This record gives sequence, C-alpha cells and structure tokens, in this order.
Amino acid sequence: MNTAATNGDLLRIPAHDTPQESTGPGAQGPAPVEIVVAYGFWIFLLSDIIMFSALFASYAVLSGDTAGGPAGHDLFNLEHVAIETLCLLFSSYSCGLGALAIERRHLPAFYLCSAVTFVLGATFLGLELTEFSGMVAQGAGPTRSAFLSAFFALVGLHGVHVSIGLLWLLFMVAQVVAQGPRDYVLRRLHCFSLFWHALDIIWIALLTLVYLLGART
Amino acid sequence: MMPETSSDRAPGKRRDKSTGRLATYTAGLGFALLLTAGSFLVGKTGLFWPPGVPVGLAVLAIAQMGVHLVFFLHISTGADNTNNVLALAFGVLIVGLVVTGSLWIMMHLNANMMPPGAAMEMRH
Repeated sequence: MNTAATNGDLLRIPAHDTPQESTGPGAQGPAPVEIVVAYGFWIFLLSDIIMFSALFASYAVLSGDTAGGPAGHDLFNLEHVAIETLCLLFSSYSCGLGALAIERRHLPAFYLCSAVTFVLGATFLGLELTEFSGMVAQGAGPTRSAFLSAFFALVGLHGVHVSIGLLWLLFMVAQVVAQGPRDYVLRRLHCFSLFWHALDIIWIALLTLVYLLGART
Repeated sequence: MMPETSSDRAPGKRRDKSTGRLATYTAGLGFALLLTAGSFLVGKTGLFWPPGVPVGLAVLAIAQMGVHLVFFLHISTGADNTNNVLALAFGVLIVGLVVTGSLWIMMHLNANMMPPGAAMEMRH
C-alpha cells in the first residue's frame, strides 16, 4: 500500500518536472558544438556572399563601360567557361561524397574524393589563370577599362577563394592523416565543405551575369 | 556528436542519417547539370527570343542556386532548420538591397551624366 503510493509519486513527478515537457527553441540547453560551429560558419559564408554582391553590383554597373576597349563578347570563350563550370560542379559533388565517406569513417574513399576535389579545383584555377593571362597578353588587362577592372576584381576574388579553398583542403587532409577522424577535425571538414559548395553557388551567378550575358553581342 | 532529439540542425547536415545520402548528392548533380546545360542553351544558341534571354538566364541561375542549397548544403524548410533559413533570408535581403540599390542609383546617375538630349529621352 505504502510502496504503491510511493511508486505512484515516483511515476508522476518525472512526468511534471522532466525537461521533455518544454519544447521551445533552447529548451534542451545550449546547442552542441557541432551546430554552433557550423552555424557560425554559415553566417560567415553569408557575409562573404554579401561582399561578393558589392562586386557583382559594381560589375553590373560598369559592364558597359569598355572605354573603346574589348567588350565581353570579344574576350569570353564559352567552351572554356563550360569546362570551368563542369570542373567546379563535379568538384562540389566529390566534396559531398568525401563528406559521406568521412562520416562513415571510410578513410580510403575520403582520400580519393579529396584528391578528385583538389584536382578538379586546381584544373579550374589553371583554366582561369590561362584565361586571365591570355586577356592581359592581348592588352585587355585590369587597367584597360572600367569593365575590365570590375571583371578582374569579381572573377579574381572568386579565384582567390578557390585558391584558399584548395589550401584549406590540403590542410584538412593532412589533419585527417595526422590525427584521424576526430570530432574537431570533422567539424573543420564540415566547414570546408560548406565553403566549397558556397563557392559553387557564387560561380553560378558569375557564369550567368559575367559570361553568358556578357558573351551576347 | 549531435543528439537525435536536438531542436536545431547544423547547416549542411542531413536529417536522414541512414538512407538516401548518396542519392541526394547525385540527384543534386543531375539537376545542376541539367540547369547548367539549359543556361548554355539559352545563352549561347539563338533559339530563344533575344529580349527574354536575360530573364531566362536569371531564372535558371536562381533555380540552380536553389538546387545547390537544397541538395548540397541541405537547407530545408524543416523546423530544425529555422535558424539557417532565417540567416539565409537575411543574407538574400542584404544582397538584394546592395545589388538593386546600386543599379537603381547608378542608372539615375548615368541618366544625369548624359548630354541633355540623351537625358531627355531617358526621362519618362
């Protein structure tokens, strides 16, 4: 009788006091580090995109001001740009596959995916540098006109981001080799894949605004 | 490690831990390839009504950004994704203000910089 009442109380008390009752945001205490880190990096990426938007706006404003120099349709080679686009897209895909592999602690697959990501990213960068040096060689460098200044600033900034991404990827692979797939290494890798996918999103805007619209006569 | 009961989801994390992960990326790649091919088709060939081409390209580009956000960055409309979507919405708002504001102001400045005859034609 007595024990039954006690049991009843024990059963009832948790039902009233357990934290499961409150279900709003933050009801379960601070978010895990994984979420905080990725969310902070997400905010950084959005601010990076806002920085790009200023250069996009200046390019859109200045794209017609060729000062008698070459315009976009004289300079852009869309076959070249299509290969660059495919490099970045497949690089993003293999980066995603690498994230899946490291989640499953499948290291050989992760190394393979990272190598593919790196090679495709480096190919993109090489193609872009070839394009830039070709333009400078034919007298269409960044000092030629406002259009070309805006072009080199915008596309060059994306290229700088890709270079930083490639360096970062090398560092991350080195960390996985040296320290294994520990939690903090995985968090950094996750930030890297967010960065790499975001660069691809910026490239879509570049491809459309700069190359596809610029190549029209 | 993320507990399963957490009320938030990190950006870029999938909810489906066990199934359909490779399929998500592959579907994203397929959609992105289709939309890229569509962009080149619209932009490069003369098949489409020329004044409509910029709008078509813009639509295809925005669609592909959406594909990348959903399939590669795993941004969804789920309740656990509210923070990520709100941050994204704020970013899009600022980007929109910067780009449309710059273009709007510079269009007016350009109109004012033109010789009087040309500027008169620009005014409505």
